[in-house]
Amino acid sequence: MSESRQKENFQNAPLGDGGINGGKTLFDKIWEKHVVSQIAGGPSVLYIDKHFIHEVTSPQAFNGLNKRGIKVFRPHQTVATADHNVPTLNQHLPIREELSRKQVEALKQNCAEHGVELYGLGHPFQGIVHVIGPELGITQPGITIVCGDSHTSTHGAFGAVAFGIGTSEVEMVLATQCLLQTKPKLMRINVEGELQKGVVSKDIILYIISLISASGATGYFVEYAGSAIRSLSMEARMTICNMSIEMGARGGMIAPDETTFNYIKGRKFAPQGEEWDQKLSEWKALYSDGDAQFDKEIFVTAADIEPMITYGTNPGMGVGVTGHVPELSEIDEKEKASFEKSISYMGLKPGINMKGRKVDYVFIGSCTNSRIEDLRMVAGFVKGKKKASDVQVWIVPGSKQVEKQAIEEGIDKIFEEAGFQLRQPGCSACLGMNEDKIPAGKYCISTSNRNFEGRQGPNARTFLASPLTAAAAAITGEVTDVRELLEN
Amino acid sequence: MGKAINNIRSTVVPLNIENVDTDQIIPARFLKATSREGFGKNLFRDWRFNNDDENQPKNDFVLNDATYSGKILVAAKNFGCGSSREHAAWAIKDAGFDVVVSSFFADIFKNNSLNNFLLPVQVSEGFLQKIFDAVTKHPGTEIEVNLEQQTIRILSTKDQEDFDINNYKKTCLLNGYDDIDYLLSIKNDIEQYEMQRN
Ligand code: SF4
Repeated sequence: MSESRQKENFQNAPLGDGGINGGKTLFDKIWEKHVVSQIAGGPSVLYIDKHFIHEVTSPQAFNGLNKRGIKVFRPHQTVATADHNVPTLNQHLPIREELSRKQVEALKQNCAEHGVELYGLGHPFQGIVHVIGPELGITQPGITIVCGDSHTSTHGAFGAVAFGIGTSEVEMVLATQCLLQTKPKLMRINVEGELQKGVVSKDIILYIISLISASGATGYFVEYAGSAIRSLSMEARMTICNMSIEMGARGGMIAPDETTFNYIKGRKFAPQGEEWDQKLSEWKALYSDGDAQFDKEIFVTAADIEPMITYGTNPGMGVGVTGHVPELSEIDEKEKASFEKSISYMGLKPGINMKGRKVDYVFIGSCTNSRIEDLRMVAGFVKGKKKASDVQVWIVPGSKQVEKQAIEEGIDKIFEEAGFQLRQPGCSACLGMNEDKIPAGKYCISTSNRNFEGRQGPNARTFLASPLTAAAAAITGEVTDVRELLEN
Repeated sequence: MGKAINNIRSTVVPLNIENVDTDQIIPARFLKATSREGFGKNLFRDWRFNNDDENQPKNDFVLNDATYSGKILVAAKNFGCGSSREHAAWAIKDAGFDVVVSSFFADIFKNNSLNNFLLPVQVSEGFLQKIFDAVTKHPGTEIEVNLEQQTIRILSTKDQEDFDINNYKKTCLLNGYDDIDYLLSIKNDIEQYEMQRN
């Protein structure tokens, strides 16, 4: 098929004004600016400002380019790192596992051939792709960001349109800096009021997903708003946007404000001088207008949220830590079979309390909760305490920079004294692609984002929770209400 | 790259499980290849084998049950949720399926499938149940999916339903066009857009 013929097969439609009678959403404002053209009766051609790649979902995309004999179109708009299958011990040694090593080597070679910047193993900027983008100031308000990873939604915390894509789409962005996308429906989730003590942003998002289910936002892009969201730090906001995909949403976003601007200012790739002033005035216009229309709107009261824990095998199967696994009578007839399959995998029974469930492993890490604030939160809580003797605790920082900061602040010592193992950066036990797997049948309380069957290793059992709740379990050896351990 | 698809008539493999996530379709530890081929043999790996051992098949899992075969996979609600790994679509296609039917698909999975000429057909809950019922009664039940007409039909019961697909994607699938070919063909427009915004 010749390229010129391709274009002739489809007609363009005029570019529309996406705002419904004037009022525009934050999403609309960004989307419209990035539409290159509109195929009649089809998707929009959407321009992508920043593209992150990693070793697992990019090799086939580069193969595709090589087969076509083309180069990366805008190499400086793509940044690469190695995170998904890197070891978290002895990163200075060659990767032992052959296939993982080959993938990391392929990434290195592809980046070199195509002129893409790579923060690979050993580089001071290496880390989980969704941790390094923000911490380097690459992630900025008002831009479009994609990555071959569903948790790209994390970057939406800065008021960017950010979403995960498949490998064919990675190839499209490498080749043309564009994607064909249909505009999603929009949902706003408002969280108002103050959080209880011991309740953190991870609990907010686990609570929301438990309310609307693992598919409750499929087809939507979500904006989080409300006073409880506004009062969160950037890192806490990232945790919320990160898990948007766990309710099916393409992405999540939060309008940028002073908190956002202060976080970005001075970072490695942040705008500087005059450019900063200009960007800042653009960023300040990024919010949903008062009369903007959403396809769906949800209201949540912050004070209703308890520390959360999941009991099942999708992130929507969560309850407050003082709650119980639902009784069969509480489950919809049609969902009974799935529910029973799920809790039997988890080795749980209907109606039992979550508090007091034994845990074998504690994993604090992943692009959801591996930033410096998460580590500080855990360190602040465990200082002077010791882990339960039969529990293994892995702390995996999100990036080299987080690791360095933790050591500078003496957080590593606190972990050591508590019997926690501080490892090196990567995705680690979030998906068990490297050696960090939870053994079959064992229970892991994890700050990551997925409790799917086998996610942390074949037949491993996952309880998703906040860093605080995970740290509490590390100390007691069982699912614990962290509020009971917090000093007044 | 893709092979055009239009009319597919086949027996089906019924997978009556909700929220099938991409970690089940293809577990992460099998994502280490650097080519697109060969993922079919690890499709639903941990549901097919005990202890990750090919000599210990789980006989009650539908893919191990010789009663069922065909080019159409029928699954319950919210199929393909979770990770964006396109390997999930590759594995299903590589295992010989051309169509996946469900009452609800996760967004990224749907896109990934379309980009690989694996047709996701979204039907109503009621129609899905009719398929499961017909296939449970007669495993040899054939289904016909007609992309041109946008219809899906259970041949034995003559039940039929229309399905949605956007016109652009339909044209691509019917003719074997790729998104990437289209995007490469409008590179001038893209460059112009870049100049205008700077
Ligand atoms: S930490 Fe987990 S969820 Fe995040 S990018 Fe890595 S594998 Fe994906």
